Amino acid sequence: MKIRIKFRKWGCMKFIGHLDMLRFFQKAMRRADVDIRYSEGFSPHQIMSFAAPLGVGITSDGEYFDIEVHSTKSSAEMLADINATMVDGVEVTGYVALPDDAKTAMSIVTAADYILSYKEGYDSPLSFDEWESKVAELFTDAETFTILKQTKKSEREIDLKPLVYDFKVIEQDGKPTFYINVSTGSVDNIKPELLLASMYEKLGLEYQEEAIAIHRIDVYATDEKTGKRVSLLEMGANIS
Amino acid sequence: MRKLALSDEILMQVEKPARYIGNELNSIVKNPEDVDIRMAMCFPDVYEIGMSHLGIQILYDMFNKREDTWCERVYSPWPDLHKIMKEKNIPLFGLESQEPIKNLDFLGITIQYEMCYTNILQVLDLAQIPLLAKDRTENDPIVMGGGPCTYNPEPIADFFDFFYIGEGEITYDELLDTYKKMKAEGASRAEILRALSKVEGIYVPSLYEVSYKEDGTIAEFKPIYDDVPATVKKQVLVNMTDGVYPDKPVVPFIKATQDRVVLEIQRGCIRGCRFCQAGMIYRPNREKDVEKLKEQAVKMLKATGHEEISLSSLSSSDYSQLEELVNFLIDECAKQHVNISLPSLRIDAFSLDVMSKVQDIKKSSLTFAPEAGSQRMRNVINKGLTVDDILGGSKEAFLGGWNKVKLYFMLGLPTETEEDMRAIPELANEIAALYYETIPKEQRNGKCQITMSTSFFVPKPFTPFQWAKMEDKDEYLRRAKIVNDTMKAQLNHKSLRYNWHEADVTVLEGILARGDRKLSAALLHVYEHGGIYDAWSEFFDYDRWMNAFEECGIDMAFYNNRVRPDDEIFPWDFIDVGVTKEFMLREWKTALGETVTPNCRMRCSGCGAKQYGGGVCYEN
Repeated sequence: MKIRIKFRKWGCMKFIGHLDMLRFFQKAMRRADVDIRYSEGFSPHQIMSFAAPLGVGITSDGEYFDIEVHSTKSSAEMLADINATMVDGVEVTGYVALPDDAKTAMSIVTAADYILSYKEGYDSPLSFDEWESKVAELFTDAETFTILKQTKKSEREIDLKPLVYDFKVIEQDGKPTFYINVSTGSVDNIKPELLLASMYEKLGLEYQEEAIAIHRIDVYATDEKTGKRVSLLEMGANIS
Repeated sequence: MRKLALSDEILMQVEKPARYIGNELNSIVKNPEDVDIRMAMCFPDVYEIGMSHLGIQILYDMFNKREDTWCERVYSPWPDLHKIMKEKNIPLFGLESQEPIKNLDFLGITIQYEMCYTNILQVLDLAQIPLLAKDRTENDPIVMGGGPCTYNPEPIADFFDFFYIGEGEITYDELLDTYKKMKAEGASRAEILRALSKVEGIYVPSLYEVSYKEDGTIAEFKPIYDDVPATVKKQVLVNMTDGVYPDKPVVPFIKATQDRVVLEIQRGCIRGCRFCQAGMIYRPNREKDVEKLKEQAVKMLKATGHEEISLSSLSSSDYSQLEELVNFLIDECAKQHVNISLPSLRIDAFSLDVMSKVQDIKKSSLTFAPEAGSQRMRNVINKGLTVDDILGGSKEAFLGGWNKVKLYFMLGLPTETEEDMRAIPELANEIAALYYETIPKEQRNGKCQITMSTSFFVPKPFTPFQWAKMEDKDEYLRRAKIVNDTMKAQLNHKSLRYNWHEADVTVLEGILARGDRKLSAALLHVYEHGGIYDAWSEFFDYDRWMNAFEECGIDMAFYNNRVRPDDEIFPWDFIDVGVTKEFMLREWKTALGETVTPNCRMRCSGCGAKQYGGGVCYEN
């Protein structure tokens, strides 16, 4: 049986990288007595795959991994069992059954949305109104939004416009804050800070990485029939 | 949520920020208001190494079981963070509270190997605690040391307020109760240390004075006050089964060197190898009850979720209930897909059978530690392993499908001749030849691979070889070259590999292992000139040490290049480890006579450890 698990990650846990989170959950599955399936072979490993890996330094309310199990209790019981063995800063918030023919989370991710905000002690160089008009002028109402993307070997020009699904300025705690929804996954993986940093550059401002807190809200796949983006959790059903 | 000691900016800048944030599963956070005593236990090396150490896990569990005490952990910041902390004047902090350790009551440092001595100074310095015990004030924590290196604490005596000699499970309660009571009564640091010096196993270096003879050896070592004990007695956990043991070990987020459950099955060793300090200082050999071990294994696997369990002991094959324990673990672990790792097993039919069940034969290799190549040399060191044992074990293993063998040896052992050195590759060649003889060509899985590793022997305090002399760095390298050249001349040389340790570190280990109080100044000099992480070859700088010795008037030859006379007073003689100096001297003479001493189960040799009233001494 295929299961999708959603979790959130906050506080100091943002410093724990993707591979260490994978190890953390492998051990957690044993502690919580999840009846997880193992691969065949001499050194069997748990059948577990993560959706879109989160970078170090980023918090999230919408992280996912898929597992396969031989048997399961109800979603509520499983959530309680797993949460009983979490650390401060990690909480499992969803446990749903997937259809047997479901593709892995990793392969279906198309988008993720984020909040980018100014950390305590840092202020925005522009006011809320200034940001709103600049974002409208340079991004929302513009035909293209081209940037130079550095890769290991070369740099190339790309247009972010079709890869950014939403870019809004909102107000949070009295400071301008950015809501960004970007293409994510194996095809075009855009980091939200790339968009904001490019915006700064176009405005002649200096982007300070350490000033910005990045928080992922959720991760989405595109429904094959409707073409709509749906949260990964909605693709499964609660077990009662 | 706790506020971290380091800013996001710093944590994003350093390698592996998870080393510094704490918050691991099973780590213990208490309310500072609810406790009377706050302490931090430190392993002075990087987090991944320190978190793998069983001793701190045991003590952490033991201290935190006390309601009035909160014990945290602290490790050496990696050089990248070290630099930032120095520049920004950030005090070193406990992982749990993220508060400066300079504000705590105790800082305990476990000292496992000599080359970490500069990291002790690093930890004190970053903690903003005066490096020298004599400079500390009423506001500084009491700095205590423990672990194998404290069986000769003298080279680092100036940096510690006291050392705890022996196994930590015993007198800490008495110590903490004394501290708490005196602190409440407003006693001074000096008064508290004076009182602690009377707790069994506690050595307060500032309460003893040393005088030297003209030749540099010790004339007299004695307490300054009449009420301070003249000898300090090693503490021993006689009943291992009832000792504290962490049912819920801390589980690191990043992969530690020991990323597994560690189950200590016994302490001590019956073998009596004459070079081995652990074999002497952990006497008498004491086993833990097998039922208790089964229970602990199950609990610890459940509480950690680890995918591997490892048995820990100096010589697992000597554990009398090994078969029962291993069979239990194989059954239990198969259910949970947990791997079993079995280090320090003698190669015989039983262990090969077990290994074929728990390992992938194609990938794993067999390990032998003959320690010396010739039988003569093995008799000198009292290593019971014979050529027949090695060849017999190898043959069975080859028939069982293995084709990789690892062999561990020492070079520079007392009385070593060129013949003994050449015997190392000759033995390896014999094993390779046996493979080709035993396994028909069509059944071979390629060539066999026999890997020899040699370390250079360092005489340690409280061993029969504590009187022995060492060699110079060039002489060690010459010996390694003899082994290498002889290997190349062997018929099966294409199946042989050889690697040897660095010689310059060996020389330093020798000085620090058997050094005296005069070395503290040199250690300080090395640290002040940038020496940290000397146990790491990428940071170790031999010249920095040579300069320090020169500046501080340390004569290396005095420490390393002489056979010590039978009646010399050693810097560590004031410690009573149970095993007597008479026994060790007798063993030293027996070694020179190339004669083997039987192990503790065959016959008691009257080493003195029987006085502890338990263990192998009372089996019959």
